[in-house]
Amino acid sequence: MHEHPHDHDGHSHGHSDPHPGVRPDADDTLSYYQVMEIAVRELLIEKGVLSADAIRREVEKMDARSPALGAQVIARAWIDPAFKAKLLERGNDALVDLGLERGPYRLVVVENTADVHNVVVCTLCSCYPRWLLGLPPDWYKSRNYRSRVVREPRAVLREFGLDLSERVTVRVHDSTANMRYLVLPARPAGTERWGEQQLAAVVTRDCMIGVAVPTASS
Amino acid sequence: MSAAATAAAVAARFRPGDRVKVRWADVPGHIRTPWYIRGHTGVIERLCGAYPNPEELAYTRSGLPAQPLYRVRFAQSQVWPDYVGSRADTIDVEIYQHWLDPA
Repeated sequence: MHEHPHDHDGHSHGHSDPHPGVRPDADDTLSYYQVMEIAVRELLIEKGVLSADAIRREVEKMDARSPALGAQVIARAWIDPAFKAKLLERGNDALVDLGLERGPYRLVVVENTADVHNVVVCTLCSCYPRWLLGLPPDWYKSRNYRSRVVREPRAVLREFGLDLSERVTVRVHDSTANMRYLVLPARPAGTERWGEQQLAAVVTRDCMIGVAVPTASS
Repeated sequence: MSAAATAAAVAARFRPGDRVKVRWADVPGHIRTPWYIRGHTGVIERLCGAYPNPEELAYTRSGLPAQPLYRVRFAQSQVWPDYVGSRADTIDVEIYQHWLDPA
């Protein structure tokens, strides 16, 4: 353990703090709730309710999920208009059609067009379509992203390298309750002759959160 | 959502397009209505179904009757007075019916 409770590097704002009262991320120390999780886990194992092996297997299952699942969904939507319509209307049912998990939450798919760009956040915690994208990236859980992308999304997107025209409407989706969100990016120009696999390869995790857009060269 | 939750759901008061105002309340507990959106007026984007109230679930109660949940769309320029961007930019937030009043 190191003794720098205020040294939360990577999350300094670089200018006078615009969010007074916002606590820094506490991912470098064992927090109260982390200690509690360990204590509860050890008790459950001790009492024979769960086994360490069962927990490890669940973690393994979680780690096996990756954004490749989501990319497969997006690529199919790009080549199959009927699938796309269903994905936008009844997201979970569309996943089942592809042989994927329906998922524990209702999926809301939001479509990027020439006029609209969507970006997803969970300001309250870190809600994320994990069954489709795997674990969220650390920045998605950071207080910096969560507090800033709702009030200055264009500035945050520029930091990700995405500079949007004023003619494009930016829609932020705050995942505060029972919905989980997937951004359906616009199909990049120059991919008209591509097959499904090749298309899926350019759909990155960030494109499906909405902080990036796919390109034919990526 | 379970059949039991559907049966024990509060009737939906709002429809897509309705203008609603988020209650301003400073209450303790497991609240899923973000602070920044309290007191703001928006438009119902869609009804998402009815779900057991998380404010009750957090304390191991049933959360029934289930509360209708909406996606409510707000104009960014109205939520943040110093917002930099297009007047058309929006923020959509999931809000339970008991946090909404007609506007």
